Order: sequence, then structure tokens, then C-alpha cells
Amino acid sequence: MSTYTLAQLSRALASKEISSVELTRFYLERIERYNPKLNAFITVDPEKSIAQAKTADERQSTGQAGPLTGIPIAQKDIFCAMGWPTSCGSKMLANFTSPYDSHVIERFNAEGAVLLGKTNMDEFAMGSSNETSHFGPARNPWDTARIPGGSSGGSAVAVAASLAPAATATDTGGSIRQPSAMCGLTGIKPTYGIVSRYGMIAYASSLDQGGPIARTAEDCALLLNVMTGFDERDSTSLDRPKEDYMHGLSPLPNDRPLAGLKIGIPKEFFGEGCAANVMDCVMEAIAAYRRLGAETLEISLPNMHLSIPAYYVVASAEASSNLSRFDGVRYGYRAPEYGDINDMYMKTRAQGFGAEVKRRILIGTYVLSHGYYDAYYLQAQRIRRLIANDFSSAFDQCDIIMGPTSPTTAFRIGEKIADPVQMYLSDIYTIAVNLAGLPALSHPCGFSENLPIGIQLIGNYFNETRLLNTAHCFQQMTDWHLRRPALFDDV
Amino acid sequence: MSLTLDQVRQIAYLARIEIGDAEAESMSTQINEIFLTLIEPMLAIDTHGIEPMSHTRDIAQRLRMDVITEKDRRDAFLALAPETEAGLYLVPRVVE
Repeated sequence: MSTYTLAQLSRALASKEISSVELTRFYLERIERYNPKLNAFITVDPEKSIAQAKTADERQSTGQAGPLTGIPIAQKDIFCAMGWPTSCGSKMLANFTSPYDSHVIERFNAEGAVLLGKTNMDEFAMGSSNETSHFGPARNPWDTARIPGGSSGGSAVAVAASLAPAATATDTGGSIRQPSAMCGLTGIKPTYGIVSRYGMIAYASSLDQGGPIARTAEDCALLLNVMTGFDERDSTSLDRPKEDYMHGLSPLPNDRPLAGLKIGIPKEFFGEGCAANVMDCVMEAIAAYRRLGAETLEISLPNMHLSIPAYYVVASAEASSNLSRFDGVRYGYRAPEYGDINDMYMKTRAQGFGAEVKRRILIGTYVLSHGYYDAYYLQAQRIRRLIANDFSSAFDQCDIIMGPTSPTTAFRIGEKIADPVQMYLSDIYTIAVNLAGLPALSHPCGFSENLPIGIQLIGNYFNETRLLNTAHCFQQMTDWHLRRPALFDDV
Repeated sequence: MSLTLDQVRQIAYLARIEIGDAEAESMSTQINEIFLTLIEPMLAIDTHGIEPMSHTRDIAQRLRMDVITEKDRRDAFLALAPETEAGLYLVPRVVE
């Protein structure tokens, strides 16, 4: 059963081959067995999950079920879920139980999906390895001495080790795509504004976007159908007609299902800094895309190298502002001992935040401060436009841009945590997409030394369907997405 | 550019994060390294005449009617606070 995709589970539930309660128990048992090794989940609450599963089974029996009714979904611990602890990977919120549902949770609840548990993540989504989590790192099921990627590390681990059939995640600078790549999964960061950020704890509001991590592009389409849609409570939610992402998937691929598709290969993605094993593997996948009928051309994104400085200025500035709400007054952690109110703020924030979060708050405070705002913050915003313009020119020549998701396979726990510069460089291929607000998908395209490698597909605004269908065609011809880590492949 | 220890302490104060001497030391080393290696190269780029991009889509903020849309959930929200009394949040005295 743990090999089933969402689409297969959905059919099994509809045909009563299995009940939601049985399915939920199955995954809860796997979590109980394997989570101590993997640390993928911060919170599970079997009683709550089983209650939701029972309701789903009733819905199924009265013929009111949708495609995700009764399917257990792991939720990143950044999404507020009423009555569930919602920590965002931080000591600051370790004692916080959400009094309301985020839009994404509301949508899954309305579909009758089961909340299987809350997944581990880098603290406030700031990290690329899941090592900044207050709850300790999640471990990569392909090699438990290695990181799973971040910040949505727990979500990727849960799906890769079949502790959940699918998970939600968020992506500010690569946090859906990079862990998907490192754990051998498919994940999509949608166009900014199509998944509501209401109740999704903010890191950098102009970059944050929710999306799914699953095994296949088809499963991502099913999940996006639930997660997207206008929400007036998010001021940047886009009011546009709802799309059916399943509808765009080619039902019966012919020999050359991608004939006419123009793939741009940015030379900046294949230079120094990209490991040879990753480069070779991605080039082979691009050759496979050619065999599916696509044509390829070299393109250039000349300002790509500036995305790291622009990102760390813009994201840190927004983080310093967003995280000012954690003051120990209304919710969350408060230092046990303090003097006056200023001392209370300062001790609360010193004790409640981890080192990476503090570092970004300090960088953000500095670049927004008097005398430095123009030089750093405005300059970063101008460069952000140059980067967006590069993509816009590229999409005049091609339909999809392809390159590696991450410059290396998963690195060892502890390898980069003491060196923020090296850690930040691991996001080099993903963050430009967030600065421009574009959709991008990562899917598995091979292995090196038993560690998964991902290829990144970047599309123009609102081209999720094209990205999903392109990956879907690839996945019908290949089986990289079906490989599973042997240590946890016992069912 | 290089941030001095005093500057790091001042920024930490502005951000209301207490910072000890050892932490200020390691923070300043790391932040200076990040600026020097990753951020400074951006300053040399000529962006004259480029409009700053604060948002990915150039959309106007939506307006809504000025009406109450939330239910009163005062008790549920106060229950989350470290310290409350008589329906109010408690903090150390700020007015003598």
C-alpha cells in the first residue's frame, strides 16, 4: 500500500478496497516505527487523525467523497491548524496551539482529507538542511547520516520513507524543490499568489508560497487542485478562474508527446559550482526530454549570480519585520525571568530564536536601518527586477527552462551548518525563481551513489499545467520517481 | 564594509535581541563574511533607472468594506498568552 500514489489510493478508497481508518492507521504505525530514526514529524495526534478518517469513511459511504477524501496528508508545521500545536520549527512557538485554520488546512478539511501530523522544518523556514529546527534535524531516508534538504525537510522525509503518501510544504528560496530533489520526490512551487498565505506563518512575505511534495507530477496536480484558489484574507491572493491541473495531463502519451515544446538551457546553471554527477544526470534527463519530442536551445540568465545577494537582503529585511511580532506578550514563548518590558522583549527573543533566525533578523534590521536602506535594500529590489526581466526575455525564446535543482546531492548532517555562506550557496539555482514569483517544479532524474538527483523545470507565470504535464510525460517513460529507499521499503 | 562589534550590539538592540559578548563576536564574524562574500558584489552593479521591485505582480491593493468580519474570540486568544488578567494582556509596568 505504501507504494500507492494518491490517484491509486483514491481509487482504493472509492472502491472500498480499503477504508480511510485502515489507511490512516497504516501510516500512523509506520510513523511510530520509523519516526524515531527519521524525525520527520514534530507532532502526531492519532486520536484526531482517526476521528477525521471516520468522518471521511462516512462521506465515502454516502457518495459525497472527492478525490482526496480519506487520504492522510502530512502538513508542514508552518500551517496553522486549529487545535494542533503549530511550532514552525521554533522554540518561540513550541507551546503554541493554533486557534484557527490556515486557508490551506481549511481546503484540505473541506475535501475530507485526514491531517496525519505536522512535519519538521527549519526554524521559521530559514535553512536549507532542516538542521536549524528546534526539534533537531530530520534525516534523509536514503542515508540517515545526511540532511534531507530544507526548509521543508520533514515533509520530504515523510513522503520519501512512505510515512505519508503526500505532504504540504512552502518555498521562499527553494524549500519545496531542494528537499524534493534530495529525497527523490516531485514538488512544485506555484506562481506567487495562487496559494493563499493566510495562516501560513510568514518568513519573507513577498517570496513565500505554499505547494505540494509527492511522488509524481500527477499527485502534485491533485494536491494543487485543493491548495489553490482565491482567498480575500491574503492581500496578495490572485483572483483568477480556478484551474483543474489534472485536466492538463496527457492521458495517453504518444511517442513524442512533447513535440513543439521549447526547452531553454541556461548556461549559468551548468558552470562552476555544479557537481559533475548532478550535471551529467540532468543533461541525461534533458536528452530524454528531447526523445519525447522537445527541442532544446541555450539561453542566458545574465543576472543569475546576483540572486543570492538580492535574496538574502530582501528575505532578511522582510523576516526582521515579520518576526517582530514574537514579543512574548500575546502568544508563544516568554522568558521566565526579566526586569522591565524592554528586558522582557530582549530575553524572550534571545531565548526563543535560534542562531540562524537571529542572524537573518540582524541582517534584515541592518539593511533597513537609516543610512543603509538605499545602498542595500533598494539596490536588492532593483536587482530583483533585473532578474525578473532576464526570465521574461528567456520566455520570449522558450516555454520551459531546465537545469539542476540543487548543485549537489544531499550533504552530511553537520557538514555546512557552521558555514552560512556555503549553506546559502546550496540554494543558488532555486532562489531566482522566488524573486521573480515564477512557478517551478523539481522531479527526480537519477541517482549518484544511491543519492537522488533532481531536475528543475521553471515555467512562465501561471504555467503550472505545462510544468506538471511535462514532468508527467517524463514520468510515464522513466521510473526514477518510483525508486524507494531500501531501509524503509519493507511493505 | 565591516561591521564593528558595537554596530552588531546596536543592531541587536534595535531588533530587541539580547546578545552576549561571545555571541556578538561570532555573529559579527559571520555577518561580515556573508556581506563580504555574498552581498557586497551586488553593490557594484549599475542599476541606474531601474525601478525597485517590491512585489512580483504589479497589482493594486484590494479594498474591502469597513465592516466587522471576525467573530469575537477574545477568550480563545487570551488563553494563548503567557500572562493575562481581567481580559487584558499583562506586561511589566511601562507607566509609573
